[in-house]
Amino acid sequence: MPGKNNHTTHIIRSLALATIIITTMFANVATSTISAVSQPSAAGGTQRTTRPITTGTSVLGIKYKDGVMLAADTLCSYGSMAKYKDARRLVSVNPSTLIGGGGEFSDFQSITDTLRQNALEDRCTADSLYDEESAQASAKETWSYLRAIMYNRRNKMNPLWNDLVIAGFHESSGTKVPFLGMVDKIGTAFEDDMIATGFGSYLALPILREKWRADLEEGEARALLEDCLRVLFYRDCRALNRVQIAKATVDGVLVSEPYEIDSSWDSKSMVGAKGGLEGDGGW
Amino acid sequence: MESVKQGSACVGLRSKTHCVIGALKRSVSELSSHQKKILEIDDHIGIGIAGLTADARTLAKWMRNECLNHKYVYGSPMPPGRLANSLADRHQRTTQTYVRRPYGVGLLLATHDEKSGPHLYQTCPSGNVYEYYATAIGARSQSGKTYLEKHYESLGDATREEMILHALRALAGCVSGDDELTKANGSVGILGKDESYTLIEDDELQYFLDKLEVEGTLGGGDDDNDDEGGDAAEPAAEESKEDSGDAEAMET
Repeated sequence: MPGKNNHTTHIIRSLALATIIITTMFANVATSTISAVSQPSAAGGTQRTTRPITTGTSVLGIKYKDGVMLAADTLCSYGSMAKYKDARRLVSVNPSTLIGGGGEFSDFQSITDTLRQNALEDRCTADSLYDEESAQASAKETWSYLRAIMYNRRNKMNPLWNDLVIAGFHESSGTKVPFLGMVDKIGTAFEDDMIATGFGSYLALPILREKWRADLEEGEARALLEDCLRVLFYRDCRALNRVQIAKATVDGVLVSEPYEIDSSWDSKSMVGAKGGLEGDGGW
Repeated sequence: MESVKQGSACVGLRSKTHCVIGALKRSVSELSSHQKKILEIDDHIGIGIAGLTADARTLAKWMRNECLNHKYVYGSPMPPGRLANSLADRHQRTTQTYVRRPYGVGLLLATHDEKSGPHLYQTCPSGNVYEYYATAIGARSQSGKTYLEKHYESLGDATREEMILHALRALAGCVSGDDELTKANGSVGILGKDESYTLIEDDELQYFLDKLEVEGTLGGGDDDNDDEGGDAAEPAAEESKEDSGDAEAMET
């Protein structure tokens, strides 16, 4: 009879539902511990970063007449897919420091979060709330701090998979001196007048070395960086023509809004398919 | 607080370029050595102690560690204000934990910060930290304070040598009765712009003591009536009128 069948199926369905709920409850208990670094997985053994997933490409930096300038595109690639075309890879951490990051974007976000929290704590625990500079970490101190972090993570075999560029000012014998340095995922740290990470170290650095002068005006510095970004857009498969520029001067830091740079694909070598791909494959 | 008052005197003063600590070293008997009272923490930080020496050494070890760690991580010297605040927090924790006792020592921190110049801080067992132009702690320190109150306004532009002489004059007032300030029981630490922590003791100190001798300002405690002495240069110290010191063997 129909009524009786309904009753039985109802019991079976509710039993099945109960079992599902109970198993999910147990599963949650097993995975509910939160830890920052490596944790035992359900499959057994600890976990650590082995490959980057969502990545940013090159970051460029140069010292110029008034200070330091950084440049980067606004792409975060998901493997070969151009997934996030408005990712902000140049970040200001305090009024005297800029950070640019390539590599795993989530690690970069974690790093900038930490740096921002440190800057807030410095501001709030300074001797005077009105003297903003007294407790501010300089760019060089931030660079040294990041070196300590990256090297430590590398030694634990669980790196933050980034190439970081640090730009800004630090105080030396009473005067503000521009600073530009980089830290990579294994904790290598150095400072220089020109920095380029990722593909930029192969394609952009030779251009920068050729064209750079210590007394570049702001417009010239920007044009030089845009030239390099254009070359990277032509030749780096994970680059984009939408870019950001950031500058640090004695008066403070500024990160521009993203804008597009033009490029020309008319040259003969670019026009026409290669590798016999044209046509229908016939002789 | 009480053990700080029992310890022998320690004076501190600062100018626009330097920070100086002077200390009167106590010895248990004629046969023993004089207890070290001024300790180096880093190139730009030195401390003078008054009270339980063992507690002071524990604090010095912690401070040295903090300075080293900061230099390794940030590549630059520890900002002294930050260290003074952390030190104060450390002191306070002991006053609010059931199983612990306060650190029985007062410290004078002579520091130099590249950005903001020299600073002198005083800590006490309660966890308060004050900044001073000049101050004195320990037994019979009131006469040191009185001297410094008279002269602190001229300290700003004082030269390195003048600063050391001021410290020694302030200290000379703190010796008991028949004793006098000699190269054996006096000690001066100085640091500042372009000068890392330097300790001046024994024969090096004699040069400065000779200058004081010429002036005639060496010798026993002053007979000044110190009842109206009141505050030192900066916010009121919480020390009330001190007892006449009965020296405890373990405290210097």
